[in-house]
Amino acid sequence: MAGPMKMRATLGSGYTDVRVLMTHPMATEQQTKGQPHFIQNLTVKLNGKTVIEGEISQAVSRNPVFSFRLKGGAKGDKIEVSWLDNKGDTNRTETAVA
Amino acid sequence: MMQKRRGLLHAAGALLAAALLKPVAALAAWNKAAFSSKSSADAMKSLGTPSADASGGIVIEAPQIAENGAVVPIEITSSIPGTTSLAVLVERNPYPLVAKFDFMEGALPFVKINAKMGETSDVRVIATAGGKHYQATKEIKVTIGGCGG
Repeated sequence: MAGPMKMRATLGSGYTDVRVLMTHPMATEQQTKGQPHFIQNLTVKLNGKTVIEGEISQAVSRNPVFSFRLKGGAKGDKIEVSWLDNKGDTNRTETAVA
Repeated sequence: MMQKRRGLLHAAGALLAAALLKPVAALAAWNKAAFSSKSSADAMKSLGTPSADASGGIVIEAPQIAENGAVVPIEITSSIPGTTSLAVLVERNPYPLVAKFDFMEGALPFVKINAKMGETSDVRVIATAGGKHYQATKEIKVTIGGCGG
């Protein structure tokens, strides 16, 4: 079920720009007659340490795209993003800052 | 014999407890009360931010008119020192709370998301910094709603 994720992390001026795409239907109650299917939790880790924790609802668009900014950063820093949906599906992706 | 049965019972009990606890633990961090609130006032109460002062330190970047309510890009930045959390609410959605992010050491209080909007509505952002709550709102006009599909 868990579709592919894509992530890109680039150095900005004084921060690291992280853009991540998740493949997920993000189906609302209205679309599914009461059987919503959506991501609830997401976690961003920098070199193994959690830096952002998000809780999201069914009102986030299908195949969600998020941008985050991390302080400073250097080439090669490891960034990991994972999600968990309301049916227990989960996925994660990892990239190094370019 | 008695000893064996007791042991079996314990093992079964432990298994059952593990099975019951697992999904709860996995989903524990999701604030169900806040996300199932039908008004933003209730959602704010459940988030632990019943009231918030208006602040110019929160910037909401979003189109004034969103043609497609299914994908409305909303970018939020807080320049309030020590911002640890940002919540996004779309006032007139069936469930106003869209997302909440906690920022720890190493992250900047910035996030860009794509949200669904059922109709023209105020978007409210709540920032928490040093135990105090701040808010800002911006109206986004929607020409085609994006919740039903």
